[in-house]
Amino acid sequence: MRAFTYERAKDPAAAARAAARPGAKLIAGGTNLLDLMKLEIETPSHLVDVQELKLDRIEAADGGLRIGALVTNTALAADERVRRDYPVLSRAILAGASGQLRNKATTAGNLLQRTRCPYFYDTAMACNKRRPGSGCAAIGGYSRQLGVIGVSSSCIATFPGDMAVAMRVLDAVVETVDAGGRKRAIPIADFHRLWGDRPERDTVLEPGELVTAVTLPRPIGGRHFYEKVRDRASYAYALVSVAAVIQPDGTGRVAFGGVAPKPWRVAEAEALLPQGAAAVTARAFQGATPTPDNAFKLPLATRALAAVIAQAKA
Amino acid sequence: MPEEAFSRRGVLTAGAATAAVAAVPAAGQVPAPAPPTPVMPVRLKVNGRTHRLTLDPRTTLLDALREHLHLTGSKKGCDHGQCGACTVLVDGVRINSCLSLAVMHDGDDVTTVEGLGTPDKLHSMQAAFVKHDGYQCGYCTPGQVCSAVAVLDEIGRGIPSHVQADLTAKPRATADEMRERMSGNICRCGAYSNIADAMAEVAKA
Repeated sequence: MRAFTYERAKDPAAAARAAARPGAKLIAGGTNLLDLMKLEIETPSHLVDVQELKLDRIEAADGGLRIGALVTNTALAADERVRRDYPVLSRAILAGASGQLRNKATTAGNLLQRTRCPYFYDTAMACNKRRPGSGCAAIGGYSRQLGVIGVSSSCIATFPGDMAVAMRVLDAVVETVDAGGRKRAIPIADFHRLWGDRPERDTVLEPGELVTAVTLPRPIGGRHFYEKVRDRASYAYALVSVAAVIQPDGTGRVAFGGVAPKPWRVAEAEALLPQGAAAVTARAFQGATPTPDNAFKLPLATRALAAVIAQAKA
Repeated sequence: MPEEAFSRRGVLTAGAATAAVAAVPAAGQVPAPAPPTPVMPVRLKVNGRTHRLTLDPRTTLLDALREHLHLTGSKKGCDHGQCGACTVLVDGVRINSCLSLAVMHDGDDVTTVEGLGTPDKLHSMQAAFVKHDGYQCGYCTPGQVCSAVAVLDEIGRGIPSHVQADLTAKPRATADEMRERMSGNICRCGAYSNIADAMAEVAKA
């Protein structure tokens, strides 16, 4: 690990100012950042610890909930209001990581986690996301876990998380503050970027811009599902996941994880839910560019959604 | 030749020295010396005793416990949060101590396997691991024991899990629940069924 200096910020605007300096990075739970620092994939020269910012509460807001950026995955999944009104969110969180990690991982940190592409993790390999302009060793390489849609000729990595996929079907909004004290509210649909020719940028956040909360609109009812398909029964990243809220009349919302640079939700596709899983995925994955290694994700997504629809009808 | 001359630690130290020499650039290209690594004061309460340490901020909580406080019960397996051998309780909550910096825990209350019980007075979970043979080589065991204690506490506090059919119901200490909740602790020897038996016995007590 490269040497760095460390400070604890006392308020969000001060944290954003400190983090806007070149080489500085924010740290909350640290479960992803420290892993990457040990591998020298991330090499910050200064860490700004945000643990004292008092952003660890879940509050009622406008008929919905405001989730502080530092609420842990464990606390969010266990919150009675989330379990009752937004169970897809609890289910998604509990399907990810391990108990130890969920105890440290935060809401903002989870949104900002970096890809698990094996070529991003191997510093001997070309990776446009880790070293812009160096190329992409994943293209033509071992790509079983990687993206099938929304990817580019620069990068075929996926966003690896589960929580954000559930937040996407709930139309969550990410609240931020920047070094100048300016606040903005970013719909989660716009928060993660498609890689394009700038895969080193995962999200639309500006340097130093600090996530302060995630808000959930008022509950939408329906039955909630998070179906995650992975190589082990527990503690593994999704090959494909499906977050869905299905209403009694068969309409609903659906987003897919493990397939793209961001939670993948297509309005025209979910409108086809009453016609069944195959109709939805045919539209959702129109224009997909799978590799021979990961083409299995397309039928797997259809089958995972079919399982959800069958449970909703049961 | 004295035996310690061939100790693994000695060989590693010698190897590192060689590498350091080899890494020095050719004459005329010598960069300015790196500034001295800043150190920071860190106060940790570990197993009921308060310690004041001065640490490089890179020091993980695990390395502070093992290398500075010489509490070598907590183990370094993968050092990346994947195996769970480093699991300790911080303010009563289990975490991977390898994925946390000691400076981030200034003022925190840490419990390691040494703080759960002693050879003369085992914690009930430690006694149950012995009774049910919940280990083979033993390397993952301190992390397994700390995690197992925390799992029963989490079930008691109503923290839900992936295998719970009804999210709003109070979780129970079933075999399925304990297997799911222990998935962050890997045992290369495969003592899982005996670990689950040990946990079931403590859960019933």
